[in-house]
Amino acid sequence: MTEFVCIACPIGCMLTVELKGEGEVSVTGNRCPKGAVYGRDEMISPTRVVTAVVRTDSQAFPYIPVRTDKPLPRALITDLIGDLTRLLVRLPAKRGSVLIEDYRGSGVNVMLTRTLPPEGVSRE
Amino acid sequence: MKPIFDVAIIGAGVTGAAIARRLSSFKLSVALFERRTDVSFGVSKANSGIIHAGFHHNPSTLKARLEVQGNSLFDRLKAELGFPFRRVGILVVAFSPEELKTVEALYEIGSANRVPQLEIVGRERILSLEPKLNGDAVGGLWAPTGGIVEPYRLVFALVENAQANGVSLFTDWSLAAARRADDRWLLVSETGETHEARRVVNAAGLYADEVSGFFDAEEFHIIPRKGEEFLLDKNAAGFPSHVIFPVPARNSKGVLVIPTVEGTMMVGPTAVEIEEKDDTGTTTENLDRVFSLAARMVPGISKRDIITSFAGLRPTLPGDDFFIDLSRKAPGLVQVAGIQSPGLTAAPAIAEYVKELLQKDGLELTEKPDFVPTVGHSSKVVEMNFAELDELARRERAFAHIVCRCESVSEAEVVEAIHKGHITLDGIKFYTRAGMGRCQGGFCTYRLLSIIARETGMPVDQITKRGKGSTLVVGRIGDAGRDMEDGSNTLGRAGFAPSGRKRSGSGD
Amino acid sequence: MLEKTYDAVVIGGGAAGMAAALAVREGGHSVAIVDREAYFGGILMQCIHNGFGIHEFGEDLTGPEFAERFISRVLGAGIDIYLDTTVMDITGDEASHVVTACGKDYGVLRLECRAVVLAMGCRERNRGNVAIAGTRPAGVFTAGLAQRLMNLEGYLPGRRVVVIGSGDIGLIMARRLTLVGAQVLAVVEILPYPSGLARNISQCLKDFSIPLYLSHVVSKITGKDRVDGVEVTPLVEGNPDYTKSFRLSCDTVLLSVGLIPENELSRKAGVPLNDDTGGPRIDANLMSASPGIFACGNVLHVHDLVDYAAEEARRCGEAVGRFLSGVSAKQFPLTAGANVRSVVPNFYAPDRENVLYIRSFIVKNDAILSLQIGGSEIKKRKLAHIQPSEMIRLRLQPADFPALRDGRDNLMEVAIR
Repeated sequence: MTEFVCIACPIGCMLTVELKGEGEVSVTGNRCPKGAVYGRDEMISPTRVVTAVVRTDSQAFPYIPVRTDKPLPRALITDLIGDLTRLLVRLPAKRGSVLIEDYRGSGVNVMLTRTLPPEGVSRE
Repeated sequence: MKPIFDVAIIGAGVTGAAIARRLSSFKLSVALFERRTDVSFGVSKANSGIIHAGFHHNPSTLKARLEVQGNSLFDRLKAELGFPFRRVGILVVAFSPEELKTVEALYEIGSANRVPQLEIVGRERILSLEPKLNGDAVGGLWAPTGGIVEPYRLVFALVENAQANGVSLFTDWSLAAARRADDRWLLVSETGETHEARRVVNAAGLYADEVSGFFDAEEFHIIPRKGEEFLLDKNAAGFPSHVIFPVPARNSKGVLVIPTVEGTMMVGPTAVEIEEKDDTGTTTENLDRVFSLAARMVPGISKRDIITSFAGLRPTLPGDDFFIDLSRKAPGLVQVAGIQSPGLTAAPAIAEYVKELLQKDGLELTEKPDFVPTVGHSSKVVEMNFAELDELARRERAFAHIVCRCESVSEAEVVEAIHKGHITLDGIKFYTRAGMGRCQGGFCTYRLLSIIARETGMPVDQITKRGKGSTLVVGRIGDAGRDMEDGSNTLGRAGFAPSGRKRSGSGD
Repeated sequence: MLEKTYDAVVIGGGAAGMAAALAVREGGHSVAIVDREAYFGGILMQCIHNGFGIHEFGEDLTGPEFAERFISRVLGAGIDIYLDTTVMDITGDEASHVVTACGKDYGVLRLECRAVVLAMGCRERNRGNVAIAGTRPAGVFTAGLAQRLMNLEGYLPGRRVVVIGSGDIGLIMARRLTLVGAQVLAVVEILPYPSGLARNISQCLKDFSIPLYLSHVVSKITGKDRVDGVEVTPLVEGNPDYTKSFRLSCDTVLLSVGLIPENELSRKAGVPLNDDTGGPRIDANLMSASPGIFACGNVLHVHDLVDYAAEEARRCGEAVGRFLSGVSAKQFPLTAGANVRSVVPNFYAPDRENVLYIRSFIVKNDAILSLQIGGSEIKKRKLAHIQPSEMIRLRLQPADFPALRDGRDNLMEVAIR
């Protein structure tokens, strides 16, 4: 039996997770279904949403923020952060565009989280 | 070939700066050497900014004479150099009949020193002069000639004016040795740079004893006396309109409440003798002590309003008088040591006195016909009304770009500071006030970094807070050991096309 | 001097400012937003981590994603925008206000309006505010400044870091620094419990085995030019026990010691402030005691979640619309009672929906929030856990109120037991 603070939303429920064998997991303490999913994943294969910034070719906006579109296995986080430092994004670029597809076979994509240069701003 | 300077001044604090400026009015070649990255970065930076009236020091001392004379020179100096200075007056507050006796003694000293308009005041008068005082005050001393000044702005203005009149300034230049050769001194810096000068003025503040040693001149020992000060927000309650002194303690003038020229309030300083000349740390105990002492005089002040605290070191000598004289051991050396309170007040008079000593030593002084005693006026957003700002911004857009919101400092003012050689964050802060307000740089630091980088071409990771070793950031994400822009890396080369084309990010 | 006239001018283009302006515009009034940065979104643009938008959008978004949802709407709504523009002054009287600003693109800008919305957000408490002893070297940053330098400019503030305070920004930055290769040696919190959200303790500290020292203070910062270490001292019964102090060698100190509503403009304009929140005193319409000047978001009181700041701002914008249309409703005063540190707003309108934002003074499990008018309880709510760092939000509908008689003060007291 293990206890986790749920990170699925800001409420932070204290989950009690029990491994019942054969991949069966019981989660209690969650106030919503997201908590049940988080509790199970955290017990079996912990994952995290990863956010970072990536270099651009612009002087005015030298970095652009990115995120994984779903939680990434924790074991891959350090590699991803390292790989992101070797990328360059050419502006203009649009929020939601996929920067890396299926990162190392994880099924997780990395996408841009901001539009740069910002909309409504005339100068670079 | 390098010029031989007629006079080299060691130390660009208020003393050295005032001397340099005074000498710049004569046909002389003068050099000003400063060990730190910017002028005023030593003792003068942490000064309380009080222009004393002259009732603390015994008439027999050099201090007393130069203090009163220095005070009287400030109106003209302000008119010429335009630094912030206001004669707000000084009140010494007594809370008991015993303290009133000390007040009478101060009055006697002040009268002997010929302090103008000095007045012993009773309870009613002192409370009407300063309604923010504790109502338990029984009386005190009123010295309307006392004032407040922004100390670093005074130093900047003095140096700027000296430079405009031909003085050469060397910063990051730390004296390591002095050798006598013929009729002159060879000055050697820590990095091995040399300059020659016929006469030398030792205005090295905390390091005046070490500098004296380089010349095999008089042996003395400068003892740093630490003073911690606390700066309170403009919006703080209980602001007095005059400088408030307690009845003085033995080795200092006590904890004061000082309305600053900029509209903030300073509380302090403490007075503790210490060993290290770079120990400017503050302590929690002193914070509590200072506030209880200050609140006794002005009850409205509160720790809640502190925006920053800092400590300064006073360079004191045993006997507590200034030591200003021609060296009896080293030819052509003028000692200007032990310049602590009221050194700031006395500075213009010290400069006059040093000029006379140099003359006595045989330095020929011919007035420069083209000496310009004034500095150009720098426009500041905070001093303008909106019509003026709009008018100015028409000609120079950067005035309408506010960099520091707390103190209303524009980009144009920051750029001016940088062009005048203030390229550290502290240098810009003391020159323009950007970063000095209530957010303490929380919102303007990143803007300042990019303006400094743009104007100087310096990479941001080389920009410092106040010179060597005080860099702000240590590197940049993705900068380690490669250059993406030239496409030398496979992942980086393809980059990312905004059309939405996807690529695999696998690095192996 | 550029002169314009609007029904309303919103100061600040962060989440609150945008949400308020949109609501004003949707009510059919003309509105302008002024912001000192070159882009909309305010501090959200440096908050590249996720965790925003659960309430507002039902999605887990990063700061820029949350902001851009509003930005696209603002750009399409017919709202005038003045970016890179700093407001210097708010003047005027009940009938009309003048917002004076300046910017590189305009020089001085004079905006005349009937309503002003204050949405300037907050600033970080800094070293001076918490009076940490020691030297003043480079390498001491507020967490938000470090966040901005890293996430917008890519600069690394340091390599060995101690974080003072366990506020959310400090926790988020501890993780961020660790991910880019810095070593975070400790998070030092003066209180016996963390100030940040539980999930941030979990995903920012526990994930990386970063030690959290509760009931500890950084008693001294050392280093001549750059920080070279801190002295950490445990609190024993609330007082520092210096015999147990220990030193951590580091080159960087990050401060995450709280936020202060940034009300310098409000104060200059004569808007009365609340001591307990640091923001303007407001009525049930989020209007300050200066008629026509409204406030919302973190300038009013510091929120835990941007979702709630946006929600509050939208309600503020709607109230501005009613004010501009001359619609009013009766309202009565509201006050903080036992164990309540602050309650916003300071009035309630029994004929409308009201949302109260409450901060407790105490830490307690199974507490009861109780609302009383004239000594009788009109509503209570059980709360599983309360602590000062977690805001309590309570929605009140007209049905919650008994029949109130005019002529009485009908003071409502909010208490916790």
